[in-house]
Amino acid sequence: MSTRSIVPFGPQHPVLPEPIHLDLVLEDEKVVEAIPSIGFVHRGLEKLVEKKDFNEYVYVAERICGICSFMHGMAYCEAVEHIMGVEVPERAKFLRTIGCEMSRIHSHLLWLGLLADAFGFESLFMDSWRMREKILDMFEEATGGRVIFSVNKIGGQRKDMDNDMIKSFVEILDGMEAHLRELAKTFLGDYAVKSRLEGVGILTKQQAHDLGTGGPFMRASGIALDTRKRGYAAYPHLEFEPITSDIGDSYARTDVRIREIFQSIDLIRQAAALIPAGDFAVPVKGFPQGEYYMRVEQPRGEALYYVKANGTKYLDRMRVRTPTFANLPGLVEVLKGCQLADVPILILTIDPCISCTER
Amino acid sequence: MTDATRIDILPGELMAKALKMKTDGYRIIQICATRVPGGYELVYSFGMEYEMVNLCFSVGDAQEVISISGIYSPAFLYENEIRDLFGVNIQMINMDYKGNLYRLAQKAPFSNK
Repeated sequence: MSTRSIVPFGPQHPVLPEPIHLDLVLEDEKVVEAIPSIGFVHRGLEKLVEKKDFNEYVYVAERICGICSFMHGMAYCEAVEHIMGVEVPERAKFLRTIGCEMSRIHSHLLWLGLLADAFGFESLFMDSWRMREKILDMFEEATGGRVIFSVNKIGGQRKDMDNDMIKSFVEILDGMEAHLRELAKTFLGDYAVKSRLEGVGILTKQQAHDLGTGGPFMRASGIALDTRKRGYAAYPHLEFEPITSDIGDSYARTDVRIREIFQSIDLIRQAAALIPAGDFAVPVKGFPQGEYYMRVEQPRGEALYYVKANGTKYLDRMRVRTPTFANLPGLVEVLKGCQLADVPILILTIDPCISCTER
Repeated sequence: MTDATRIDILPGELMAKALKMKTDGYRIIQICATRVPGGYELVYSFGMEYEMVNLCFSVGDAQEVISISGIYSPAFLYENEIRDLFGVNIQMINMDYKGNLYRLAQKAPFSNK
């Protein structure tokens, strides 16, 4: 007869850069149930919207997360712009798209490094993060910041990228692409890596749907949904299809994210070729009144911004449904039946961002 | 509200409407609470492909709302969150954190009080 025990996992754990706790119910070494616990560092940023001018709040929205800060700022701006009926210049839409895709590349490379570190492949970790540094350098050149960029504003962008800069970014990405192909060979072909990922933590297509998952976690289970296809920023001008896999295991999630990096490079190339000249912001007057749900595809999945405005400079409500929050029920499901030794890898494969979750 | 279909319902209709969404193949996207005079507006968002449908209703400060976590299991996180932050009286959540999902210095900090 097997022994049932409860093992606490987190909130401090070598594999977790941020605090999340799981109570793992084990039968011998097998996980039979996992109960998540969050809220260790909840910041109440949504409440701050009642005390900050709706223009100032862009800076707060960016600080929801240090990885996809650009996308948080942009999503908030687009929600308010929809309410106010502001038509952002085409150039700003392309600049936003380039910023979003740079964020996605940097986020996925960061995740690949963390994954490699989790299974003890130090050189792979360093290689992934070395490449990520190039993206951060590009951000620094374009915006002056490496984590918080403060370039999104209601009505467009605060800073332009001149065409020479965009061209140089495309050249950097061309060089990165070759290096990335080598990296992908190891991630997807190395025996040791495959042995830790293949067949581990399978989430079926039906489960991914029923549990309300999103992003690469969902697409790796065969659901071809990508919020970028709904057509915000300059995405309606770009050609791409959601990247999916039908396998649904940890290897599939890695595969999907790696292919999404190549896709993001391609999208930046397309945007660089199509970006029009002209203004990158329009003046915005008045105060917003109304409500809007803005949905954007962040690196971890769909983020939903709800903004409710009352015609004053303070908003009534701003809510963010972050992708990690939506992926937690899916994580609990994939943990059931796994071995205790696989738990750290499985938690990583949803690419958890606790900073977003603890907004 | 644009870009999403809004359906206003009565609080008592929630379970039947949620069950209908489930049988129609919708997935849950989120549940959101907003303060309104005398209570809260609750919005339950469901999605199919890229379409989003919002079931909306208002409840009084202490009015009881029955959890939909028996129909949509991921709802437990959203419902615990709303109860912790707003103090909305949501009952019968299938994984009930009893007000301890978030470690808060103040009880129901987003509430009307």
